[in-house]
Formats: sequence, C-alpha cells, structure tokens
Amino acid sequence: MVQLRKLAAAVALATAGAMSAGAAHAQISGGVVKIGVMNDMSSLYADIGGPGSVEAARMAVEDFMKTSKAKLKVEIVSADHQNKPDVGSNIARQWYDVDGVDAIADVPTSSVALAVNQVTRDKGKAFLVTGAASSDLTGKACSPNTVHWLYDTWMLANGTGSAIVKTGGDTWFFLTADYAFGHALERDTAEVVKKNGGKVLGQVRHPLNTQDFSSFLLQAQASKAKIIGLANAGGDTINSIKQAAEFGIVKGGQNLAGLLVFITDVHGLGLNTAQGLILTEAWYWDLNDASRAWAKRFAPKNGGKYPSMDHAGVYSAVLHYLKAVEAINSDDGTKVIAQMKKMPTDDPLFGKGRVRADGRKLHDVYLFEVKKPAESKGPYDYYKVRATIPAEQAFRPEKDGGCSLVK
Amino acid sequence: MPEIFGIPSAALFGQLLIGLINGSFYALLSLGLAVIFGLLNIINFTHGAQYMIGAFCAYLLFNKLGLGYWWSLAIAPVAVGATGVVIERTMLKPLYKLDHLYGLLLTFGLALIIEGLFRNQYGSSGQPYPIPQELTGGHNLGFMFLPTYRGWVIFASLVVCFGTWFVIEKTKLGAYLRAATENPHLVQAFGINVPRMITLTYGFGVGLAALAGVMAAPIYQVSPQMGSSLIIVVFAVVVIGGMGSIMGSILTGFGLGVIEGLTKVFYPEASNTVIFIIMAIVLLFKPAGLFGTQR
Repeated sequence: MVQLRKLAAAVALATAGAMSAGAAHAQISGGVVKIGVMNDMSSLYADIGGPGSVEAARMAVEDFMKTSKAKLKVEIVSADHQNKPDVGSNIARQWYDVDGVDAIADVPTSSVALAVNQVTRDKGKAFLVTGAASSDLTGKACSPNTVHWLYDTWMLANGTGSAIVKTGGDTWFFLTADYAFGHALERDTAEVVKKNGGKVLGQVRHPLNTQDFSSFLLQAQASKAKIIGLANAGGDTINSIKQAAEFGIVKGGQNLAGLLVFITDVHGLGLNTAQGLILTEAWYWDLNDASRAWAKRFAPKNGGKYPSMDHAGVYSAVLHYLKAVEAINSDDGTKVIAQMKKMPTDDPLFGKGRVRADGRKLHDVYLFEVKKPAESKGPYDYYKVRATIPAEQAFRPEKDGGCSLVK
Repeated sequence: MPEIFGIPSAALFGQLLIGLINGSFYALLSLGLAVIFGLLNIINFTHGAQYMIGAFCAYLLFNKLGLGYWWSLAIAPVAVGATGVVIERTMLKPLYKLDHLYGLLLTFGLALIIEGLFRNQYGSSGQPYPIPQELTGGHNLGFMFLPTYRGWVIFASLVVCFGTWFVIEKTKLGAYLRAATENPHLVQAFGINVPRMITLTYGFGVGLAALAGVMAAPIYQVSPQMGSSLIIVVFAVVVIGGMGSIMGSILTGFGLGVIEGLTKVFYPEASNTVIFIIMAIVLLFKPAGLFGTQR
C-alpha cells in the first residue's frame, strides 16, 4: 500500500513537472508577440495617429531588437476603427480571439478606447493607450490590463486650464465634442477653473466631426465669457479656431483655449491663425537631441510629416511593453502589464519614468506657446516652451481617481 | 431683450443667417446633383470628392502658381468640370442603360479612391487657405457680427442657383436639355447632338461642385474628407427636395440650412441628425420628395 502511494506521488510529480516544462516553452503564445495598432486611419484624427503610429511601433520593434537578447519574434498589425466604439471592439475581439494579437496600442477617440479597455480586460490581454484622453481610463474604468501612457484630460485641464485662469481668464464657455472625450475634458477643465477661482458660464455640445462651427461660436460669443475652451480635437479644433478668427472673436476681446492641440493641428492651421495659442503636450520633436534625432528618422517614413506626441507615445509604450515581455518571458497580458508597472520606464523620448498602480504612466509634460510666423524657422518649428510641469504634478494624484486597483 | 422660446431674439436672427449661409452650400451642391440626376439619371456619389478637388484646386493654384481666389473661382470649375467630362466619356456612358445602382457604385468607388489619394498626399488635417483680401473683415449687424466673406457666399450662391434654374427652365438650351432627357431619340432626330449635350451637362454639374469647393476653401479647412462629411447631408437635401427637381433642391438646400441652424441652438446634439429625421418624415408622406414628381 505504501509502495502504491509512493508510486502515485511520483507519477503526480512527474506529470506536474512535464506540464510546467511544457508551459515554459509555450509562454509566448503562438511563438510570436503580436501587437495591433488601432486608430483612426482615414478621418479627422488620422494625422495625429494614423499610419504614422504603425511606423512608430515598427521603429520601437526595430530598436528593441538591436538590444534584446531574447530573440523574440514580434509582429505589428493595424486597423482603422473609424472612431466608432462598435467597430473598435469588434476588431479587438477578432484580433484577440482569432488572429492571436497579444496587445493593442494607440486607440485615439476615448469612446473607442473605453470599449477596447473592457474587451481587453475580459480577454486578459494588454492595452497600451496613447491616443485617447479620457482620464476615466485610470479612474473609474481602470483595469489591470491597461496602461494609459501619454496624456489625459486631467493633465490637459491642469496644464492649459490653470495657466490661463492664473493669467486672468476666469470666465469660461466650453465648445465640447459630444462624446466621452469631450465630456471628460470639459469636466476636468471646469473643475480646474472653479478650483482656481474662475467661473463656467455655459457650454455647447457639438457632434464629432463637424464642419461648420459658426453657430456654436455665436453662442460662445453671446455668453461674454473671457475664455472659450475648446474641448475637442483634431479637425474639429482646427475648424473652430479658423472660424473663430473669421467671426472676429479674438478681436472682440474673447480668447480661445485649445485644450487638446497637436502639432499636426498647428501645421494644418498655419502659424498666422495659430500664433499665440497656449497648449499642453507631453512631447515635442524639438525638445532635445534625442527627440530631434528620432523625428528626423521618423519623418521620411511618414511622408515627410513630423511626429505628433501620439507617435512618440506609441514608440515609447511599445518599447516598454517589449522589455516587460522579455523580462518575464511571457506575453500573458495581465502579467506583462504587472511587469510594466514594476519596471521603471526609460527611453530616448520620454526619459526615465514609471507606471503607477492605476495604469498611469508618469513623465514631465510641457506648457507650450505657438510661435509667431516671424519666430519660426520653417515647417514644424512651431512651439516655444513656457513651462515644464514635473511628472509628479502633471497627472491626477493616484488617490483622487477612484481606481479600484489603488489600495 | 425680447425672447423667443427662451432664446434672445437677436441670437435667433444670427442663427437664421448662419443657417442661410450653410444652406447656400447645400443648395449649390444639391443643385449640381439634381441637374446630373435629372438629365443623366446618374446618382453622382463623386460629387463630394469633386467639391473637395475644387477646394484643393484653389489651394494649389494659390500655392504653386500664386493665383488668388478670383482666378480660382474661374479656373477651378472649368478644370474640375473637364475631369468630369473625361469621367463621363470613359466610365459613366456605358452605364446609362443599366440600373441606377451601377452608376451609384461606380461613382462611390471613384469618390473613395480620389479621397484616399488626396489623404495620402496631404494628410487629414488639411491645408489652410486665406480669405481674399477684399472680403476680409465684417460688419456688425447689431444682432451679430457678419464676416464679409460669408455675406459674399450667400450672394454668390443665390446668383448661381437662380441662374442655373433660369437656364434650364426658361431658355431654349434648357428646353433642349429637358427634351433630351424625356426622349433622346426624338431630339436626336431633330439633328441635336444629344450625347455631347449630356457630357457637357455632367461637366457643368461637376463644375458647380468645384465652384462650391472654392467658395468653401477659405471658411473650412481644405482637407480630403471635407466632401464626404457633406455629401450625405446633400443627398438627404436632394431626396427631400425631390430627385431631379432643380427648384426643389435650391429651396430645400436653403430651408434645411436654416432648420439645422436652429437645431444648433435648441438641441445642438441633434444638429447632424435633424436633416435625416426630416428626410424620413418626408419620405413617409411624400415619397417623391417635396417638389418631385413620381416617375
């Protein structure tokens, strides 16, 4: 009887051993780390991320391979979510269930990002958000499978909003894109305005991808607010600013606050219209030697267009993701994200930083002012730095977000 | 200040005027569509792309050749109209005898290709185009600040719309055109070159789209998707006005612009759906549209 028990134990041990050995071989699912870059490839946000983000991800893989000893096989795929949450979550499901994708990167348009955030959590994969802004991604919608890499609505509100209130812009009217992102940006900015002693006089919600803003601008004009806060992005911001100039809003004594302005928007507007705008971004190509070198490498791959902060964010997030995969030799989404939070971040574009328990990546951000045409040396020489906001102050304190992962 | 439904009446007048301005674009574009559909029976989904090419044409003339707005206003419609003639001769002609659906698919495909090519070249953020020097600034009307350029847009589009209506409904050339669509064989028997007339009509419709594009360039960003965001609305305008009805498309264009403008005040969230709600209601009660006749 004792003999039999010993035998059974031995068999059990051997089986367990064999299983764990098998698992060690299969830790990279399908033998390849597959990263899906999903964003708006064809509409108003396509210049911010678009095909450029795919190039940025490829550059991250290239640079990772140069230093990595693990000999990982990495593949990049991409898709267009058309700014529609249903399209985005369908692609995410298809990628995770059928195509063996391990992580999704970029995903601008907060409504889509929130949908993909949920799908990723259900499937236990990894989500590297750089394009979307809603601070809910590290707040009430935070997930052990998501890292919010680049920027968020709280950071934008805190950077641009408080800078403007402090220089006398204490009454606000919001022009808000009518979806998750616009609502979050308006909410976070309104809080900052009120906290600094300002007042919000009203707001109007416009549909995403609107051509004509004159009607909304007229309402903003009638509000007599000193500051018209643009809680929108991309093509919507460009058209708002352009048409505000036409309707003499700035000449009439009201000022515009672009709460989310990318360098591609400034390029589209031209410096004549955009000069003097104050904006907050997490990255600009002309910050230092490393960023300049990266931009010079990137531009030819992107049809001569210089990188936006989103492109830099995708590069940096994918790089850190791959380092984490290498460190634990696994592409299990939940484990990799945990590892990404454990390891300090370090890359040529954002320097040293870290990822918090709620998924928020911390780095310095910058308050920029758009140059006058005379100050600019040519295309893409657009910003001067007004202030650097240190990483620990730039983002919402961890305890204030209401994220369930923070104890 | 007197109020109407809780909105100061001054603000309401402003919104009405802005509605008229947007309506002028709807009218110009739906007019071209109506002419093309009425005389060729082609549902021209390339119209939005042709409007966009018109705007890019102005942009390129300005930046490459230094030719300003007024030159563009003359050159762009002719140049883009000429490409329309080529498209009609080479691609649309074989489709006249087939179902509408074939023309729709072809023109829709063309629109996607053209937009893709422009996006590849110029990116999605678009390009800036300055307001012509003569039309900068604006006037304070008391109830609103009217930029001079927007005033010009209303004026120009009214002239073009009613000019077109007049030519088609009241002149001999228009009579030929209408006769040719009614019974091409009979008209041809009188010695009139019907195919050439149809080709030129398509070219003219496309030219109208390009003209609208040039007029839009200083207001909106010159971007590859500027047409696709407009074309669906414009189609709704044509359907409400009655497919092929010229006066119908002009009046509905202006009228819907105003209704959309008012929606932006009372319930802005619905401003991009209101036109489709109206379309559904009109189709329920008058399937041929407000001014259309059952074919």
